[in-house]
Amino acid sequence: MLREARFRDDKEFSGCSIFGMMNVRGERFNGEPVITAIANMKERSNGLGGGFAAYGIYPQYAELYCFHMMYDHQGAKEETEEFFRSRFEVEGAEVIPIRECEGVDDPPLLWRYFLRPRENLVCSEEDTDDFVVQAVMHVNVKIEGAFVFSSGKNMGVFKGVGFPEDIGRFFRLEEYEGYTWVAHGRFPTNTQGWWGGAHPFNILDWSVVHNGEISSYGINRRYLEMFGYICTLHTDTEVIAYGVDLLLRRHGLSIRDMARIFAAPLWTEIDRMPPREREVHTALRQTYGSLLLNGPFSVIISNRHQMIGLTDRIRLRPLVAGRNGDFMYISSEEAPIHLVDDTLRETWIPQGGEPIVAELRKAAEEPEEAGAQVITIPATDRA
Amino acid sequence: MRIDVDHHAGLPGVFVRVDGKVKINARHMHYRELNNMVKAAASEGVEEIVLENVYGQRYIGSGIRRPVRIVVHGVPGNDLGAFMDGPRITVDRNAQDGVGNTMNSGLIVVHGRAGDIVAMGMRGGKIFIRDGVGYRAAIHMKEYRKFRPILVIGGDTQDFLGEYMAGGLVIVLGLKGKGRRKVKFNARHIGTGMHGGTIFLRGEVEDHQLGKEAAAVPATEEDKDFIRPFVEEYAGYFGANAAEIMGSDFLKVYARSHRPFGGLYAY
Repeated sequence: MLREARFRDDKEFSGCSIFGMMNVRGERFNGEPVITAIANMKERSNGLGGGFAAYGIYPQYAELYCFHMMYDHQGAKEETEEFFRSRFEVEGAEVIPIRECEGVDDPPLLWRYFLRPRENLVCSEEDTDDFVVQAVMHVNVKIEGAFVFSSGKNMGVFKGVGFPEDIGRFFRLEEYEGYTWVAHGRFPTNTQGWWGGAHPFNILDWSVVHNGEISSYGINRRYLEMFGYICTLHTDTEVIAYGVDLLLRRHGLSIRDMARIFAAPLWTEIDRMPPREREVHTALRQTYGSLLLNGPFSVIISNRHQMIGLTDRIRLRPLVAGRNGDFMYISSEEAPIHLVDDTLRETWIPQGGEPIVAELRKAAEEPEEAGAQVITIPATDRA
Repeated sequence: MRIDVDHHAGLPGVFVRVDGKVKINARHMHYRELNNMVKAAASEGVEEIVLENVYGQRYIGSGIRRPVRIVVHGVPGNDLGAFMDGPRITVDRNAQDGVGNTMNSGLIVVHGRAGDIVAMGMRGGKIFIRDGVGYRAAIHMKEYRKFRPILVIGGDTQDFLGEYMAGGLVIVLGLKGKGRRKVKFNARHIGTGMHGGTIFLRGEVEDHQLGKEAAAVPATEEDKDFIRPFVEEYAGYFGANAAEIMGSDFLKVYARSHRPFGGLYAY
């Protein structure tokens, strides 16, 4: 079936909903509270997309890349599996368990694979990640009817067309336990609602959920193509996921510098900065001007160790953060945070362009991370 | 690890009458149901409506044209008191975006913080926020003859305060923590596009923090006499020391012109 014919483009204006919840000690909990939270913001979505990213859900396969796959037809599945076998040791392959759920219709074939890159094909750890990115691009671009939902370790993305709480029930998320959960309710305004276009968008460990619209999508996409990232999912948010992978993993920039690129301060502000800071900002804008995200956005970017909240520089989309003991929250609205954590009293609204970073106190699977900075919030964030 | 989300704390939608008051358990109610119940109670002429377990229901108090008292326990959703004409709303936690959107008359008192676009297009009545507010507070607030909206913010404000402001009065006290000292505001683009109304800031801003269309001067004693009753009202709700607050210096931000864009589209 032609993708264009699947779902009608719905051009109405509202906001999506985003919600993220992390236990900074790496203790795992099931998907129930996140489903409750995202359902509380139902007004912000319209049933044309919902999804979740969960970290820590496959501890028994923590060393393997887990590919969550969507197939339009059996042929796509066969072709993809053949491709996987040529590049990876396939340690596990199974249908993603689902249940019939009202409001979730015509799902594609949904499979997951636990993969180990063939040793004779890659040399180093870095190469392995690039090797996996290339595999994702190959499937998305070359295999008709096959799309990779997620490709990280010990994590997975569950998404589809429907309200997010229905998608959560459909994928039986109460049966999974993770230490970071990120959720999205979609209200598509400029692009169609289809299974691959639901959020989160993922590459390796990186997942992105997004409320807003990236009017610089064209420029961002062409820039990312130069580095081998091919956008195939017909939704602007895809460029953020690849941009994050490029800046943080491949170019080794800090989260703060990534925020300075995505949500760069206005030139008038840069002009007022002390000389050293001005130089840094100027250099970043000159080098990475094509990754400036223009237009209104609030996003939650997550990986195995971090959950990052960021809005555009003049905060045209809402974002609120909360903290209670070991739990960190980032949300479009405040009420759902209180709904799932009624004893919470500490919430704040970040400045536009200032990232909120929640970090695992001790990465459960990588002990050398012990003692890493917990949460870094600039004083100016606390309004 | 297990996290229990209590889905069954009390029956939703239960409507209890006690001494001329109505109590509603809002848990799991959609805002339409909830607001229909609130409107029905208000039109009966009850004096006070208490809403318990409010988590994000939108438009509470919206469009009601009676001086009913509405007590919100919880976090009300966006557009609290939108278009309302008379009710007095209090909130015991934080509020979200759009508090008092195009409100006509009445009172909103928030014992916490509010989100973005507080008092957007507000036309009359009063809003008191104990702590800070997000972006674009008082955007396009307006006034006409005896209708003069008043917004008092106890804490800090983020960028674009008073954007396209056309009338009314905003007072920002900058009270923070225990010291309650005067603050240096961080907000940028204050009064961008402003063409009416007045903003008083208890604290300092640099010139570049003001929008092109706004100007700031130190407030005179006469100005302070004018805002004193509203600061005292704030202190009455939240237990602050009005005399101490009024002992500080205030800045008065006003519009440079009543028609800043007059030449923009006219030939």
